[in-house]
Amino acid sequence: MNKELYGTLIFELSRPGRTGFSLPKKQTEGGVESSIPAALRREKTLDLPEVDEPTVVRHYTNSSNNNFGVDTGFYPLGSCTMKYNPKINEEIAADATVARLHPAAPDSTVQGALEIYWTLQRALCEIGGMAEFTLNPFAGAHGELTGLMVIHAYHDSRGDSARTKVIVPDSAHGTNPASAAVCGYKIVEVKSLPDGTVDVDDLRSKLDESVAAVMMTNPNTVGMFERSIPEIAEAVHAAGALLYYDGANLNPMLGVARPGDMGFDVMHINLHKTFSTPHGGGGPGAGPVGVRAGLEEFLPNPRVMRKADGSFEARDTDTALGRISMWLGNYTVLMRALAYIKILGAEGLGMAGKLATLNANYIMHRLKDLYLLPIPGPCKHEFVFDGLIDKSTGVTTLNVAKRLLDFGFHAPTIYFPLLFHESLMIEPTETESPETLDRFIDVMRQIAREAAEEPQTVIDAPHTTPVSHPDDTEAALHPVVTFDEL
Amino acid sequence: MPHTASDIERMLAACGASSLDDLYSDVPEELRLNRPYNLPEACSEMEVRDFFAAMRAKMKPLKCFAGGGFYDHYTPAAINSILSRSEFLTAYTPYQPEISQGTLQYIFEYQTIMSRLTGMDVSNASMYDGATATAEAMMMTVAAARKRNRVLISETVNTAVAQVCATYARYHGVTLEVIPQDGGVTSRAEFEMMVKAGDVAGVIVSQPNMFGIVEDYTGWADTCHAAKALMAMNCQASPLAVLRTPGEWGADIACGDAQSLGMPLNFGGPYLGYICTTKALIRKMPGRIVGATKDAKGNRVFVLTLQAREQHIRREKATSNICSNQGLMALHTAVYCSLMGPEGLRQVNEISAANAHYLVEQLCVTGKMEQAYPDKPYLNEALMRVKPGLTATAIIEAAEKAGILAGVTVADDLLLVCATEMQTRDDIDRYVQLVKSL
Repeated sequence: MNKELYGTLIFELSRPGRTGFSLPKKQTEGGVESSIPAALRREKTLDLPEVDEPTVVRHYTNSSNNNFGVDTGFYPLGSCTMKYNPKINEEIAADATVARLHPAAPDSTVQGALEIYWTLQRALCEIGGMAEFTLNPFAGAHGELTGLMVIHAYHDSRGDSARTKVIVPDSAHGTNPASAAVCGYKIVEVKSLPDGTVDVDDLRSKLDESVAAVMMTNPNTVGMFERSIPEIAEAVHAAGALLYYDGANLNPMLGVARPGDMGFDVMHINLHKTFSTPHGGGGPGAGPVGVRAGLEEFLPNPRVMRKADGSFEARDTDTALGRISMWLGNYTVLMRALAYIKILGAEGLGMAGKLATLNANYIMHRLKDLYLLPIPGPCKHEFVFDGLIDKSTGVTTLNVAKRLLDFGFHAPTIYFPLLFHESLMIEPTETESPETLDRFIDVMRQIAREAAEEPQTVIDAPHTTPVSHPDDTEAALHPVVTFDEL
Repeated sequence: MPHTASDIERMLAACGASSLDDLYSDVPEELRLNRPYNLPEACSEMEVRDFFAAMRAKMKPLKCFAGGGFYDHYTPAAINSILSRSEFLTAYTPYQPEISQGTLQYIFEYQTIMSRLTGMDVSNASMYDGATATAEAMMMTVAAARKRNRVLISETVNTAVAQVCATYARYHGVTLEVIPQDGGVTSRAEFEMMVKAGDVAGVIVSQPNMFGIVEDYTGWADTCHAAKALMAMNCQASPLAVLRTPGEWGADIACGDAQSLGMPLNFGGPYLGYICTTKALIRKMPGRIVGATKDAKGNRVFVLTLQAREQHIRREKATSNICSNQGLMALHTAVYCSLMGPEGLRQVNEISAANAHYLVEQLCVTGKMEQAYPDKPYLNEALMRVKPGLTATAIIEAAEKAGILAGVTVADDLLLVCATEMQTRDDIDRYVQLVKSL
């Protein structure tokens, strides 16, 4: 990463008359003016950058040099599973044939594309312990919303319309209550015990015929396995509600235990986490939703199915909850995930989860003498420190996170979960070597030492990044969100 | 995974564990899988390539005359080169602005470009696709209206988009009512009657509409605003370069898919949903937004602003649950619009319009089809009525054998055809000859 700020915007490189495109000559008569009456045409001249191709390429190359990705260095962002994205995935997804497939093309011309989708569906069913999957949801949050719609449609189909609440633990990802609210549900929060797991008594007291679903993350956001899950599943089902699995933390369970076997009815998987599709600066991702037997009919349209003759089709059903996307989701993201599953195979997937857990426990054990570990392990794929043990230095979690940037590491997730004041959530993933972890541990120990000996060095961090201490308050008070407002 | 057996041993010792299974002592025995997944063994890269090559052999790309919400436009070569830079590709959400200026900057550029294309004040950092963006726009009108929850959607909005809106409406508690169409366009009389009935939070119309028709929305925004309703326009992005913009129509929200800005069809995705609005509604807009600010050295820098991140999203008070965006596709949009510039986008639309009109005229000449709405203006897509003796399905099937995707079947006698810069005059003639021969 370049430590000098590039900072130029493409609009500042624009010169009237420059072009960077290559189009064929017009071969037919007419055009916009002869087709569209003036009153329906654009009035204001369209102002877009006027730049040549080399300028565009240099601009974005220089800009990319101010960016940090997994390929740049260690990215221990808790709950985000920033594992390495194998390059073969990219090669597979950049398919010139798939690029030309239109969703309206006859099924007979897209059999291979449907088979890829179907094969991934089947693999996720085996991994999740579910009966059926839809791969249409675009992201984890979109998967949650889709899964809750499945649950809503299920209750509706039984005429059970008095269920208006969804229960979420207080440690849940913020998207859980947000998705439930968007799906029209009231949120009921359930408490955590001191060990970070759900308080089953509190949960029981809140379960009744007004509850549609309970959303759980397992392992939860503090990296602990919810060992009472069989008991919870039984209580939830006894109350007539369904149990939803937030798959954001599925990675450590690979090869160990399956949500379906734990008693979950509906789940989503973040392919951009567990199945190594690149995060792309925020997307495109994919949030497939799986359901246990008996709930398949509610999955959204269109669905990909194998017909009796062995061929594949994408079709709508009448019982579906409806449509949640234009077509079959972020299709090339699905191709990447299938490539990953094929490369790892049954055994490799099983190892991935265990090594992710080993990496997390290793860091935890080697830092817990300096950083406050509120919940002792063993953790799963991630764990949470509640800041430094020594609270007298004035050094906060934010300071530690920013100081890490000086050493070429991305910061962990900070101030989440909300259970602790100084949460510092670390998820190393399985693709990091012991040497990388050791270097990270050394740096974390050095920061703890600095906090004690020269706290201002940590408080003033970062010192070496292209940008230091951006004024967030000003950005929110007087939002400037386009070049035209600068 | 880099770990050797001795690495694992050393690390386990540091953790006070003797085996990897020790780390799972908290997982009850009865929940454990205790067997390998029933999945194929690990493949080599070569075998993975072979698998996908075998799948590719079962695909037959066709010369595309289909639109219906997905448009076959050219993708400039430089785009993939820039999008595959791993600094962009393998980054996550720009939570740490100090080391994420690359992502933040292209999102800021994207927001500017979308604002200019739609003629709106502001844009967010992007949504999933055009359908979900429109559903979010629907929920935004309800959130802005507080007590009112009735939203009107034109019958001429793309079917898939309308279906997604209906799904979100059902579960979100929005009463979504359809404004009927009349002669291929939204009925003005019905629209006015329904809005004046009161209690309307928002109105959703589209441009061009699902039949390819460019509708006249003169005065519609005033009617909406007189009833305190917001007007949302679902627009294909590329035609906005030449059509009257949502901003010029007086709309409050512009939303839709940016796929037409040179994103490969890719069997449905990834594309990009956009949502743009007025400065007054910026705090009601869902999703991420990037804003400019200064850093300690006085540099102009960019940060995520206004909107909550995943873990801090407004939880139970949320009116949207989106907390990511289509990052890389926003980069695609910024690069495409920079390479094309105003002249390139104008030419794309010129060629598309000319090709589409030539195609429609020639198809009419065959005597096998006629325009369903011959008096309505259209840009690159039009609805054809197939004359008795022939069906849309029969045309699709015959064309498929000739390597042509003839359009989107709307009904047995209705075929939606589209042309862009991707077809040559010869391609069009070949399609027309084929129809003639049926």
